Amino acid sequence: MQLIKGGRIVADDFARLADDVPLPDSGPIIVSAARFLTDVDAFARRAAPTGVIWPNDRRIAELAPHLERLAAVALVFPIFRDGRAFSQARLIRERYGFRGQLRATGQVLRDQFLFMLRAGFDAFEVTKDADAEAFAQASRRYSVFYQPTGDGRATARASRVARAESDSLPSGPLL
Amino acid sequence: MYVHDAFDRRLITERVEEFRDQVRRRLSGELTEDEFKLLRLLNGVYLQLHAYMLRIGIPYGTLSSAQLRMLAHVARRYDRGYGHFTTRQNIQFHWIKLENLPDAMAELARVGLHGIQTSGNSVRNVTTDQWAGVAPDEIEDPRVWAEVVRQHVTLHPEFTFMPRKFKIAVGTATHDRAALRIHDLALRLHRNEAGDAGFEVMVGGGLGRTPFLAKTIKKFLPKHDVLSYVEAVLRTYNQFGRRDNAWKARIKILVHELGAEAFAREVEQEWLSIKDGALALDDAALAEIAARFRYPAYERLADDPLELKKALATDRRFDTWRRNAVARHRMPGYAIVTLSLKAEGETPGDATAAQMDAIADLADRYSAGEIRVGHEQNLVLPHVRQQDLHALWRALDAAGLATPNVGLVSDIIACPGLDYCSLANARSIPIAQDLTRRFRDGDLARGLNRLHINISGCINACGHHHVGHIGILGVEKNGEEYYQVTIGGRADEEAALGKLIGPAVPYGEVANVVEDIVAAYVELRERPGEIFIDTLKRVGIEPFKERVHAAH
Amino acid sequence: MTSPLHQKIKVAGPVVVTANRLTDGAVIYRTTNGQWTTELPGAEVVTTSDAAMALLTAARADLVRVVDAYVAPVVLADGSPRPGNLRERIRAAGPTIDLPASAATSDVHVCA
Repeated sequence: MQLIKGGRIVADDFARLADDVPLPDSGPIIVSAARFLTDVDAFARRAAPTGVIWPNDRRIAELAPHLERLAAVALVFPIFRDGRAFSQARLIRERYGFRGQLRATGQVLRDQFLFMLRAGFDAFEVTKDADAEAFAQASRRYSVFYQPTGDGRATARASRVARAESDSLPSGPLL
Repeated sequence: MYVHDAFDRRLITERVEEFRDQVRRRLSGELTEDEFKLLRLLNGVYLQLHAYMLRIGIPYGTLSSAQLRMLAHVARRYDRGYGHFTTRQNIQFHWIKLENLPDAMAELARVGLHGIQTSGNSVRNVTTDQWAGVAPDEIEDPRVWAEVVRQHVTLHPEFTFMPRKFKIAVGTATHDRAALRIHDLALRLHRNEAGDAGFEVMVGGGLGRTPFLAKTIKKFLPKHDVLSYVEAVLRTYNQFGRRDNAWKARIKILVHELGAEAFAREVEQEWLSIKDGALALDDAALAEIAARFRYPAYERLADDPLELKKALATDRRFDTWRRNAVARHRMPGYAIVTLSLKAEGETPGDATAAQMDAIADLADRYSAGEIRVGHEQNLVLPHVRQQDLHALWRALDAAGLATPNVGLVSDIIACPGLDYCSLANARSIPIAQDLTRRFRDGDLARGLNRLHINISGCINACGHHHVGHIGILGVEKNGEEYYQVTIGGRADEEAALGKLIGPAVPYGEVANVVEDIVAAYVELRERPGEIFIDTLKRVGIEPFKERVHAAH
Repeated sequence: MTSPLHQKIKVAGPVVVTANRLTDGAVIYRTTNGQWTTELPGAEVVTTSDAAMALLTAARADLVRVVDAYVAPVVLADGSPRPGNLRERIRAAGPTIDLPASAATSDVHVCA
């Protein structure tokens, strides 16, 4: 498994902590949602960053009250066909304003990277080495986007308006 | 029609390059078939019994003559010289090779055609009435709204991996020619008491193993809120639609299990959070899209010009055709012409490359270069001057495109069935062909009035058999082809699902049962002009069942 | 759902393994020397469940050339396999209807 962050393969900044392993005093950790919710304060007391893995069949609204204290949220694609985490990602970024690391885990295909970036993910656990190496290329696959998300990429409409304003020649439809 | 600009073109071109790379990765083994299957479906590429099938989307059923010529070219160069128009206003090529697909797609992209999201668990082609923009009974051109929605849902990062497919239809006319209520999401533009235009929003329609008609969840949605509301519906479905069972994954099941009211509340809550955000449409945004729809420069003409009257009086065959295939246009002096792709003995909805080229030429000459595809699997020339009808008809007649059976018993809607499709239980095309022969007599067919037969080769219902006046469904029994026959379905504003007329019958009996149903109708109707579906409504199904049963 | 590799195959008569060729989707049949042919008479015929399972497993391991391999029934005519049901007849011989382009369409010419 490779972690991609900032568009490059990096060492994992968080350690995955199994449910039955005691909480270490230091070091960034990612824990399951069940464990986190059992004792939220225990995590708050640690001086180190905490991340949580949130299952794709629970509402983000349940996690929302705790987002301030979280450094990372990992969302799950149990199989690449299951796109629930795309909605969760957009909600966590655009509805609840989460600014920490938003990590995609599970079965992730390179063909989904750009969708994930647009949905707000900024870290990716990638199973195929070839996919990890292709990340940069995959994230540049498209330059035109019809719909706005929270990622700030210009939509086709915005580009059309900008071009119309900047061109001295009339712009318009190609016949 | 909508005219693409450089941004639309670039997106399609980028898509072709992505697919070319995906094919390369599949051929080299980097992608498994399981992974590749999902990706190829998102480009409309199926694997059928004999070959790959490519489904090209025709947004809201509108084609330019240049696009139709390109389809003819692809049919000749990469396929076996023909294409099949579908019940969702798309076209399918049945014999494409995977290794040729990227090149075929690149050629199609040059005229703005593609297969993006024509399959897979994504938002599919947004369909509408094939008479959009020219029908006398519409409030405004529904295609502008269909385009607004189409752009929004194309390569939408959040809604490309949904529980199941998602089909959207838009309608703006009094008569529903877009089969709104069998869609996952239907948007019906209408005016409220104050005279404002807005959408009735219906969700949860769909055929297949558990057919449902869509339910209204919002009676009046102001026009400018349509995108944010569609987003709220899709987000609710993406999160809560079932993922455990493909037969229970459509939104119709979610709406049924939650109840329409609970579902509506869930959507409303989501919508309230986003309605004033980036998806709120303003007049400028709508104008920008509407501006790229081109309409012909209509001339000021009068209805029923002298040339037309003379031709009708002297040419009986032309007169017969005109009564059947020509409809009123919103502009005086013009007409809407339907080209029947249901000639006797032919496959419903198929057109050869030669026919496509001929139609493109005729469109340039007589229809401002525009063609429409209807969900009944016929084509339309939407801008014909009445004074040109006779010349047009002569050309259509020569090309086998003027069978005067539009809307009649031999204008059958049929899926490709077991002759092509790996999902099918039974064949559908030979049944349709047999029926066109049995009802070849034009006077007989006309005497039966409007009568819709729909045939599906399996429960996936691509032939829309549930909403046929007479519906035929292929099933398998002990390794033999058997068919369930239903009557009473409707796809229009009085949408209804058909009911079984009796036990399933074997392949050789289907056409006989249809003839018996027709005979029963002729006997039971109270006057020659009463149409089948009205007779059935009046007398109920029992008299039909009795007569069909007695005949077997 | 049971993995296809672990599904028990119950064979009630002679069968072959068939699939679609990856590059063009053509119908193909597994032969005795682990290759593939488009001609059904050239296919390896087996008659027991174990043999069918073995043949299918080997076929499915061919990940790059073929797609969707499965066991299909055949009937033997003079020792040569023929399709054993309607679906296989259609796969072997093509659609049961004439293709539109092969029907007599006159050279359509629109007068200018």
